[in-house]
Amino acid sequence: MKILVCISNVPDTTSKINFTEGDTKFDTNGVQFVINPNDEFGLTRAMWFKEKQGATVHVVNVGGPQTEPTIRKALAIGADEAIRVNAEPVDGFFVAQQLAEVVKKGEYDLIIAGRESIDYNGGMVPGILATLLDMNFVNTCIDLEIDGTNVTAVREIDGGKEKISTSLPLVIGGQKGLVEESDLRIPNMRGIMMARKKPLNVVEPVDAIQPTHDQKFEKPAAKGPVKLVDAANVGELVELLHNEAKVI
Amino acid sequence: MSVLVYTESLKGKFKKNAFEVASYAHKVAQELGTTVTAVSFNAEDDASLGTYGVSKVLKVSDDSLATFNAKAYAFALAQAAEKEAAKVIILSSSADSKFLAPILTAKLSAGYVPNVVAAPESTSPFVVKRTAFSNKGFALTEISADIKIIGVSSNAFGLKENNVSASIEDFAPSLGDDAFSAKSIEVDRVVGKATIADADIVVSGGRGLKGPENWGMIEELADVLGAATACSKPVSDMGWRPHSEHVGQTGKPVASNLYIAIGISGAIQHLAGVNSSKVKVVINNDPEAPFFKAADYGIVGDAFEVVPELIEKLKEFKAQNT
Repeated sequence: MKILVCISNVPDTTSKINFTEGDTKFDTNGVQFVINPNDEFGLTRAMWFKEKQGATVHVVNVGGPQTEPTIRKALAIGADEAIRVNAEPVDGFFVAQQLAEVVKKGEYDLIIAGRESIDYNGGMVPGILATLLDMNFVNTCIDLEIDGTNVTAVREIDGGKEKISTSLPLVIGGQKGLVEESDLRIPNMRGIMMARKKPLNVVEPVDAIQPTHDQKFEKPAAKGPVKLVDAANVGELVELLHNEAKVI
Repeated sequence: MSVLVYTESLKGKFKKNAFEVASYAHKVAQELGTTVTAVSFNAEDDASLGTYGVSKVLKVSDDSLATFNAKAYAFALAQAAEKEAAKVIILSSSADSKFLAPILTAKLSAGYVPNVVAAPESTSPFVVKRTAFSNKGFALTEISADIKIIGVSSNAFGLKENNVSASIEDFAPSLGDDAFSAKSIEVDRVVGKATIADADIVVSGGRGLKGPENWGMIEELADVLGAATACSKPVSDMGWRPHSEHVGQTGKPVASNLYIAIGISGAIQHLAGVNSSKVKVVINNDPEAPFFKAADYGIVGDAFEVVPELIEKLKEFKAQNT
């Protein structure tokens, strides 16, 4: 089985978000970039398939040269090869079209992407990719078992979960649950050394449509001070929620 | 040219988000000088959509679509969009809508923007405001494609009544085997309880509750309020509560009207995830907890004393107000 894990290069979850160039760009100043958490769960699941079922694992990222440290980290965790499509990931549809080219050339059976990136939150790349390639698709995937070409997947639904039966070739939108938080791997020194020698192939983007454009960004409005209620007078909170906030 | 809206239902009953997306679609249709057409799947009370401004319902009645199937539903919606020559399609931000929207987007070469929090800023060019950076910011996003798909955040636009009389037309999409290449084999859904995705109120517990055995009062508080229960990341990582309850940047986002955080200090990732909630209440014994800077109301105190007291006061309030 040949697996492609799609990774986004995103600001660390602790990052403070600021904008620059007249609020038209994300300010990367002082921001630490990491593998998108939803993708990291998928990458770790891919490592499981590699170790238990002999799968080959490639990773792909659509981004400029600045994303290479994040790609190398994925190689250090254990991916065999990496591909970087040399383009800014300006829009989900654009990214999905770039990935579709990579999948066609590499003849992958399973494509693991995250359900969304934690920066632009488009949540559309895996579904568009699957549809462009006429592959099966399971979103918000929290469990994945593969036997030959038969697939049993579990997806999270609002208020529960659903078990789905499908087959390879398949694209999933993964998230926490594919593996546990405690199963995530920190690259060790040997992994980091080996990653330096693994292939990282840079390919140029293909022509693609870009149906959406982020014109401007805003930060949430500054919050007024909290209104404190005395712990000895809890009834006042009920009254405030009813009469002032009008939410109960 | 009508605005098309996907109205979700469960066992024949429309979900609240169906009325919310219909309300939103009516607003967009007004701006564009057109009407709203809804697509419903095995729903019982299609006429009720008229209350929220739907003029026409394309009613799909098909046993093979009794359980949600993203690909089959997306294919059906694509055919409905073609039939109506719809240029704008509105859906919700539920797990189901977020599953089918990208499929529909690819089918129609559309421009899709999820997590939209307000009526369009303008319709020419078509610009919508959405959350970005996991609720740490907003983006104004232009959709330049001919067909535009908008995923409306829950509780963002709200329910708006616009009574019109809805005509109901049977619609039978043509779906081959290809549409059913992924099949649902088992659905495990909590019934009779609000879910984090659509609840008006969410009650959430953190590490300050000391252990899973202390969640009884969280559940009781949620019961009194008709709220969904949630938890912070450490609580789900330690296995005190299921992953499905984890809210925050890497868990579920919360966009409720009221969010009550109990024993949660308020890490930046947690605050990002709950930022879209309209009113936030924090109960914590540490007055320095970061959550107090993000909350509207707060009580500094021991949760094990404050919460039971709050439950009593709410019961009294409910008794007087019903």
